[in-house]
Order: sequence, then C-alpha cells, then structure tokens
Amino acid sequence: MSYRLGVDVGGTNTDAVLLNDRLELIASVKVTTTEEVSVGIFKAIRLVLQKVDIDKNDIKHAMLGTTHCTNAIVERKGLCKVGIIRIGRPATLSIEPMADWPEDLKKVVSENFSIIKGGYEFDGKEISQLDIEEVREVARKLKGKVDSIAITCVFSPVRSDHERQVAAILREELGEDISISLSNKVSSMGLLERENSVILNAALMKLAKATAEGFKKGLKEAGIKKAEIYLCQNDGTLMSIEYAQKYPIFTVACGPTNSIRGASFLSNKDNSIVVDIGGTTTDIGIIVNRFPRESLLAADIGGVRTNFRMPDIISIGLGGGSIIRESDGEVKIGPDSVGYRLTKEALVFGGKTLTATDIAVRLGFVKIGDPSKVKHIEEEFAKRAYEKMISIIASGIDKMKLSAKSVPVVLVGGGGILITDNDIEGVSNIIKPNNYPVANAIGASIAQVSGMFEKVFVLEGITRDNAIKTAKDAAVNEAIVAGANPSTVEIVDIEDVPLAYHPGNATRIKVKAVGNLKGL
Amino acid sequence: MRQLNEQSIEDIALGAALLGTGGGGDPYIGKLMALQAIKKYGPIDIISIDEVPDDALIVPSAMMGAPTVLIEKIPNGSEFKRAFEVIEKFLSKGKIFATVPIEAGGVNSMVPLLVAAQMRIPIVDCDGMGRAFPELQMVTYHLEGITATPMVITDEKGNVGLLDTISNNWAENIARAMTVSMGGAVMINIYHMTGKQLKKSSIRDIMTYSERIGRTIREISQIEGSSIKKLLEVCNGYELFRGKIVDVLRETKRGFNFGTAKIDGIENCKGEKLEINFQNENLIAKKGNKILATVPDLICNVDLESMLPITTEALKYGRRIITIGIPCDTKWRTSKGIETVGPRYFGYDIDYIPVEERVKGVE
Repeated sequence: MSYRLGVDVGGTNTDAVLLNDRLELIASVKVTTTEEVSVGIFKAIRLVLQKVDIDKNDIKHAMLGTTHCTNAIVERKGLCKVGIIRIGRPATLSIEPMADWPEDLKKVVSENFSIIKGGYEFDGKEISQLDIEEVREVARKLKGKVDSIAITCVFSPVRSDHERQVAAILREELGEDISISLSNKVSSMGLLERENSVILNAALMKLAKATAEGFKKGLKEAGIKKAEIYLCQNDGTLMSIEYAQKYPIFTVACGPTNSIRGASFLSNKDNSIVVDIGGTTTDIGIIVNRFPRESLLAADIGGVRTNFRMPDIISIGLGGGSIIRESDGEVKIGPDSVGYRLTKEALVFGGKTLTATDIAVRLGFVKIGDPSKVKHIEEEFAKRAYEKMISIIASGIDKMKLSAKSVPVVLVGGGGILITDNDIEGVSNIIKPNNYPVANAIGASIAQVSGMFEKVFVLEGITRDNAIKTAKDAAVNEAIVAGANPSTVEIVDIEDVPLAYHPGNATRIKVKAVGNLKGL
Repeated sequence: MRQLNEQSIEDIALGAALLGTGGGGDPYIGKLMALQAIKKYGPIDIISIDEVPDDALIVPSAMMGAPTVLIEKIPNGSEFKRAFEVIEKFLSKGKIFATVPIEAGGVNSMVPLLVAAQMRIPIVDCDGMGRAFPELQMVTYHLEGITATPMVITDEKGNVGLLDTISNNWAENIARAMTVSMGGAVMINIYHMTGKQLKKSSIRDIMTYSERIGRTIREISQIEGSSIKKLLEVCNGYELFRGKIVDVLRETKRGFNFGTAKIDGIENCKGEKLEINFQNENLIAKKGNKILATVPDLICNVDLESMLPITTEALKYGRRIITIGIPCDTKWRTSKGIETVGPRYFGYDIDYIPVEERVKGVE
C-alpha cells in the first residue's frame, strides 16, 4: 500500500490529509494557520501522522498548496530585489516598467530598469536588432545589486528568441547563481501585465526556495523520506519542487483551484457550482469538466495588474466567523470576521462577538461550543440572520451561473456547517460530500501533473496536422517525464496561432497535456 | 485656460470609458502614457474653444489600428513630435497652435494629452465625436467638409507616411493598409484645420464633460448603495433599464466584434426584457418591441453596484447593469450626420429618433 499526503494552507486553517492508493481518505486534521506559515504546516503533518499507523516510507507523494507567495506579495515581505530588463526599444518607452504599481511594493522590489533594443512585431519580424554590447553593459550594471532578474520582450509570446539570447548573455556575465525569469514562460499577451507577472515571479525567488526547502525539511523531520514533493499551481496541476523554485508565481491562487477540484472529486461531479465557505469569506466557483472555469478579467495580485488566468471566483464576505450586527432594524452580516480567533471570540466559545456560527448553533443546525450561551438570542432574529446569509449566497451563485437554469451546488469548506437549507433560489440540490471540510487539502493531493510544449513550426514539408501531432506527442512526453501515468495522459489545451506575413507560412503551436501521477 | 493634473487625467479616463459606449479600446494604456508624460513635462494646459484664434492651426492627434497590438507594442512617445514636425513643414502655415482629440471615448481620449504635454502646446476642450466610433470619417469635422488629409502616419521605429487623398474614404483605406505594414498600431495626425473651422465643426467642452462624469462615477462608486441619479444629472442621461444579463451572443465579422446582449429586468423593470445590439460600440437598445435608443445617441452600460462603465467584451451572464441613454451632440442629428453614423449606416432598418423622444411615454 502506498499513500499521499496533501497539505493546504488557507487564511484561517491549515489542513492535512492522507489518502491511500485507492484515493480513499484515511486521516485528516485541521489546525489554525500560524503567522509563521511553516509552523502550522509542521503541526498539521505531525498530527495527521499520529492518527494512523502506517509505515512512513510508504508515503510516496507529498503535495503542498500554500498562500506563502500570495501573502508575501500582499504584505510586501521577503521579496527579492529585481533587475528589470525590457526588450523593445524604440517601442514602449512611453510607459516605464511598474508604472502603476503601488509605491510601497515598487520600493521593495526594484528601483532600476533598462529598456534595450530588440523585440518583435505581431508577425515575428524584428522591431530592431538586439545589441549584444548593450546587453553586456546592462549586466555589468546589475552585478551585485540585484538578487534576481526579470526579462520581458515585446511580442515574446509570438517569438521568444530575444528573451533567451539576453538570458544567455546575462548568464555569461553574472554566473549561474543569479536567477533569471523570462516573461514568455510566465504569461501571455499584454506587455505590461506580462512584465508585471514576471517581475513578481522574480521577486518571489528567495521565498520560493525557503518554502520548498522548509516543506522538504518538515517532511524529513516527520519521518517522511521517500516522498516525491510537489507544489500546487493555480491551474489545478502540480509542479515538481525544483520547477516551483523557478516559477513560484504559479502557486498564487492555488487555494480556490484546490477547493474546486477537491469538491469535484468528493462529489463525483464533473460540472457544478462549488461554494466554499471558510472562516472569513465564501468563494464561489464553477467546475467545468473537473477543472475550474477560468476568469476573463485581469487578475490583481497585491495591487499589481497581471493577466494570469485565475479561476473565476467570486469572494463574498461571509464565513463562519462573520460578525452579525443589527442596525435600523436590519441584520448585517460581516463583511468583517473574527477569523482564526473564532474559538475565542464567538459566543458559543465564551466570547463576546455574535458570529454566523452562533446563529447556526442557535437554530440547532450544528452542535459546537456551548449552545446555552446563545439561548438568549431571539429565534425570530436568528431566522432573519440566517435568511440573509442564504440570500447572500444565492445571489453569489446566481452571478456565477452560466444560464438561468437551476443547478446543483457542491458545498465544501469548514464553514459548510452554516448551511442546512436545501431550498436556495436557483439551486436544484445541495451536495455536501463526506469530508467536505477538508476539500482543499484533498484537491491538493489529487492534483495532476502536466506537460507543455510550444514551438513555431514553419509549414514547409510538414502539414499543419502533422505539426500539431508532433507538438501533442512532445507535450504528452513532457507530462510523462514530470511523473504522469502514461495511460491517463490527455491533451487539455491546443493553441494554434498562425503568424501572418512570416516567411514560409509559420504557426505557433502550444499544447498542454495532463495526467494522473503514476504509482497510484 | 486651466491645468490638468494626475487626478484630472484619471477622471477623464473614467469618463472616456463611459463615453466609449462599450467600445473605443480600454483607456488604460493611454492613461499611463499621459501620466508618464505629465510627470516628465509638467501639467497640461487645456483651453476653451473660445480662447482659440480664428486663424490658429489646429492638428488633431490619435492612434489608429488594433488595440490588441497597442497593449503589446506600446508607443515610444516621440511619434507625435515627429508627425507634427512633418505636417507643420508640409503645410507651411506657421506653428501648430494646439491639438484636439478625434474622439472623447476610449483610448483616443488620452493620446492628445500626451501630445500636448510633450509638445508643450495646449489641448482644446472639444472633440469630433462626443463619444467613440470605429471609422475615420465618423467625425463631425467630416460633416463640415474638412478633409482628413494631408495626414501623417508614423510608427515607433521612425517611419513616416504623408497621405494626400481625394476623399476621406480613400484616406481610411490607404491608412489601414499602411497601419498593417507598420506593425498594426500607429500614431496619426489628421483633419488639420483653422481655429474658425474648429469652432464650427467640433463638439465643445467635451473633456470637461468627460472629467465631470469620471469624477462623479469615482465619487459614487466609493459610497455603497449610492444612486445613479447624480450620474444621470451630470451626463444629461436617462436610465433606460436595470437588469441582469441572461445571455450574450457574439460573432466576429470583418474585424468587428458583433453581438447581442439579453437582459432580464430587476427591481422596477422586473418582468421586462432588454436587448442591446453592439458592433464594438453599443448601437441599439430595445425593450420588448419598443426601441429605447439608437446610435448616434449614446447607449452605456454601468455596473449596478460600482457604477463603473462596462465594455462590450466584459458583458457576461449574471452581471447586473444599468443601461443609460445619453443624447448625442446635435451635430449628429442633421441629415448628413445621420447618414454618416445613423442606424442605417450600421445595417439596421430603423429611423433615428432622439432618445429623449423615444423614452417619452415609456414606463
């Protein structure tokens, strides 16, 4: 028998789960997220191991879904100094890098940038030639001043040669130790948004290393020595711990993705709405073919505009710790919450604050804490508060729906105890799967591995169909190399963008394949 | 004369998003360009049309091409200086007195601000659309017989084209072809004219109007539960409908983004249905069988909660919106105006009736 360990760090709770090779849950724990995130992770790992009697050497895979990187950006803590190079002069000078970043974050991350010659038109022609001597000069200027470098070239999603050439020259000048991030690896069209993303990625380098090594060390100390270690990405797939240290930005927003994937797995639903009620907020998302639907809008990370394809989630200020008030005869729910202090501040735990959890206890939906402490709340008031909560959720669900038809809803998250009602407007039925409170950690542990292949094919002597087939085979192979079980690999995305006016009828083909981890 | 600072530019950009009537390109890139320009060159002087001498040389400025190229290949910034020098020399009518926008909606509301800052010339508080439109001849300047050319077209690399065409439609066709070979997004100056012609042909005070709209939206969007009334007062608009988008049908034809949004009424509109036809910009709003507004009047959608303008790309199921109708400038209401930008030009067999008459007698 082999096992996998999934750990999910959320704003309020850190969850750990152990699954066997039939993907059955054998143990789970929920501990409070700590300010020093690693402390909570180690505690969760230790506690979940205490619950079972297994040979730790049989734990073959360990997955971590964490908010480390998101928090670092939001709190402006632990970020690297980044050297910023943009390739595209004479284009792009009218807007400098980081033009609309919040001042405090800008100060922490970088104060110098260079816009050098080079870059491409939309069809892959050069705007201007790369000037090798200029690149060397920029490299010498950066030497010893920055921890990490971010390179962005105009139209690099169409053609990435200049980014790669500049990176190679920087390596020659600055050595192997400095980390270099290329924009075409991180994000797509939209120069400023892509540049922002690659700068953030570069800024996370030190933290990524610390997080990865911390997780590795924590596992080792807990006696887990034989496991392959992965971090979760925001697209619901895993990256190896080595890859995660190069592209930490992909871990941002993996939490909602894990909860949606976990909900899909637990409920056995391929398509549905997912409502994840936590301590402070409720996230509502959609499962489409077992993956989260992606958002079309620019994602904002810590005040920085990016073009990541994040799960399309709406977050509303309603959770188990939401503070309930009455003003002018109207019940108000949140949006502030007692958060992780719920077990101290809620009435049922002897505190002084009326929370959503107290309402659920008063109405007898759930027995936690001391129910006698909420007896004094008038039933009529509790009912009104509950109705308000349901209507907030109903309106959130309605915003996410694809059509006016009633839809099934999968309810997960620690705050799922709040809802017993099966009669929400626009909802056909509510599914509360077993183990729903730890859906996120389960989502982390069932995450798949992916392989990506991208190349500009010149369609001479090769047909378009053959080029696509070549790219598909390469992507499948990448996924297998990354650890996928060959029989489970499927192609999930094909992009085929013809480069107009490019000599020789060229097309850029990008293929993504995903599969289940092997050995399970 | 007064000066525009950073806050004014933010507000004009927000107002321009509303006047874009769903299209016109996101003013975001243009706004950042203008902000960087005033950081470098200082605040921009804006003058009223009454302050322009009759014999002054006025040169409007704009970007032309695909907004999708613009978001990747951002301009150098020096394009306009070059373009202005070329046109000044070619015309040999003395110094350029001021620049003006072609359109007040979308990204082109911002471009002349950058030009004004950089050239240290004023921007005149007027434009040629009072909103956004997709084609070069759809300007009030055209209605007054002003020719689009001589026009200058230039890219960030330094290539310059000077066009002198036999009609404004030819200018549109040739300029499009040059735009593609220069890399898909270019900077132009066009419809140069005298102060006297400007006074006759332009839509006055539009930047101030746009700024006031932007400021109002910013203020009301910060207060939860605030009403749209203030915005309607500022833009002289009518609330046409409030509802929830239940369907959006889209197709791309000839480089334009065509579509229809279907909206179910909520609150006072409960039980009713609105349909909006768009082609980059919103063109027709129809409640049941009754048409509430048509192009060239402005049909704008704003988010029900934040009151922020919504582009046609961002229309999607579930979004709650308020649809507003704003009367277009009277210059568009002449027979030549309606022929140029009325519903029939866009392929709808509908007579143009001003929005204020259409909403009369509608509950």
